[in-house]
Amino acid sequence: MEKAEEKMMASKKSESKTESLYTKRTDGRGFEELRPLKAKVGIVPSADGSAMFETGGTRAIAVVRGPRTLHPQHMQNPETGILRVNYGMMPFSVWERIRPGPSRRSEEISKVSEWALSSVIDLSGFPNTVVDVFIQIPQADAGTRVAGLNAAAMALAHAGIPMKEMISAIACGKMDRTLVVDVNKDEEDFEEGEGATDMPMAFTSRTKSLALLQLDGKISPEELKKAIEMGKKACEKILEVQVKALKEATGGKDE
Amino acid sequence: MDKEERQVVVPGEMIAKGSEFLPGEGAYRDGMEVVAGRLGIVNISEKHIRVIPVSGAYYPRRGNTIIGTIVDITFNGWLIDFGGAQNAFLSVAEVPRYVNKNELREYLDFGDSVVVKVWDVKARGIDASMKMRGFGKIEGGMIVSVNPNKVPRIIGKEGSMVKIIKSATKCDITVGQNGKVWIAGNSIEEELATKKIIEFIVENATINGLTEKVEKYIKGLGMKVDKIEIVAENTDGESGGENDGE
Repeated sequence: MEKAEEKMMASKKSESKTESLYTKRTDGRGFEELRPLKAKVGIVPSADGSAMFETGGTRAIAVVRGPRTLHPQHMQNPETGILRVNYGMMPFSVWERIRPGPSRRSEEISKVSEWALSSVIDLSGFPNTVVDVFIQIPQADAGTRVAGLNAAAMALAHAGIPMKEMISAIACGKMDRTLVVDVNKDEEDFEEGEGATDMPMAFTSRTKSLALLQLDGKISPEELKKAIEMGKKACEKILEVQVKALKEATGGKDE
Repeated sequence: MDKEERQVVVPGEMIAKGSEFLPGEGAYRDGMEVVAGRLGIVNISEKHIRVIPVSGAYYPRRGNTIIGTIVDITFNGWLIDFGGAQNAFLSVAEVPRYVNKNELREYLDFGDSVVVKVWDVKARGIDASMKMRGFGKIEGGMIVSVNPNKVPRIIGKEGSMVKIIKSATKCDITVGQNGKVWIAGNSIEEELATKKIIEFIVENATINGLTEKVEKYIKGLGMKVDKIEIVAENTDGESGGENDGE
C-alpha cells in the first residue's frame, strides 16, 4: 500500500520534470505574447509632463511636476536635484476597495520605481530642486509597477527632464515550470505544481541594462536567465510603443 | 542611421555616428555616437548637434524676457517667481533708478508683477535685470498664462504675430518666454479680445498657415487687420528673444 503510493508519487514527480502543469495560458495568449499595448502622452495638460500606459486590463497614468524648489529645505541637495516617486492604486482599481493612502506595498513600489528611474535621469543641472513623479493605477490586472514605470519614463521624457535613455519594464512569470511574459492576475494566482513566480524587470533602452529586477517566488538560476532574456525581448516591443506615443505627442513624423 | 534636421528624438536615440560631430545642448556623446539626452527636435548646424525642447517646463536662457511676481525681498534685492525651477534674483543695482536699500518695498513690493530680462543663468540661480527699455513693474492690464513651448508661435516670425494682434486690438502685448503674456489696453473689452486671440493661437499652434487663420479669427471677432509686410526670412520663432513692451 505504502509502496504503491510512493510509486505513484515518484511517477508524478518524474512526469512533472518533463511536462509543466501550465500548458495553456488562461487568456489564450502565446507564452511570449504581450497583452494589447496602448500608450498616450500629454494626458494632463497642466502638468509639466504626463503619460498613460496600458497593458490589457492594467492601466497606469504618470504625471511629472518640476523641477521645482524642494521644501522642507533640509531635504534639499545642493549638488543635484532629487527625484521623488509616488505610486498609488486608486480605491476602485480592483474588485475589492483599496484603502487610499500610503501602504507597505505602495511605499515599496514608489521606492523601487524611484531607484529604477534615477539610473537614467540627470538632475545635476537643477540643484536644490525636486522632480515629482506621481503614478496612479486606475485599473489593475497585475503588473502595475511595470506599467507605472513605463508611464513614468514617458512622462519624464515629456517633461523635458535630461535623460540618458528610456526605460521599459515588463513582468515575467513562471507558472509551475512554464516561463511566460506579461503576467496577468489569473496567472499570478496560479497555485498548482511549483506555483507562480513573479519577476518584474526594467531595461534601459540604449545599453539594455537592468534598471529593476524583483522576484517573488522560487526559480532556478538557469530559468531566471531565460526569463530575463524573454523580458529583454518583450521590452523592445514596449519601447516601440513608448517611442511612437512620444513622437506623436510632439507632432513629429516618425521616419 | 543618422537623424535629419527637425526630426523628433527620444532620450537614448542615436542622432549621428562619427567623431566629427559635436554634441551640444540636449545631446551627449557615447563612443562614436551622438545620442539624444532629452525629448526634442534635432538641430544640426555644421557639425554641432543640439536637441531643442518641444515640451516640458520652462528653462530660462540668457537674454529671455520673463514675467514674474516678487515673492521675497532680501537685503540687496528681490526674488522673482516666474514658474521655473528656481527663483530669479533682481539686484538693486539692476533697476533703472537709485533705490535706498532700506526702502526696497517702496519700489517693488511683495506680489508686484515685473517684466525682467534674464541676465545670467547659473546652476545656483538666475540673475535678472530691469535696466533696459521695456522692462519694469507691471501696472494695469492682465497677465495670461500659456504653455511656454507655444510662446514662439505667439511671437511669430520676427514678431509678426504680435504685430498683427497689436494692430488689431490696439493693446500693448509683452510676451514672456516663461509663458506669461502681459496685455495692457485701453479697455477691458480690448484686453479680453486679445486674450481670446492668444488662446486661439495656443490651441492651434501646430497647424500650418497659422497667420492666415489668426487673421480670419480676428476678423471674425469684428476687428480690422492691417496688412503687415512679413519679412520672408526663414527664422525659427524659437530664437525670438522678442520684447514688445514699449
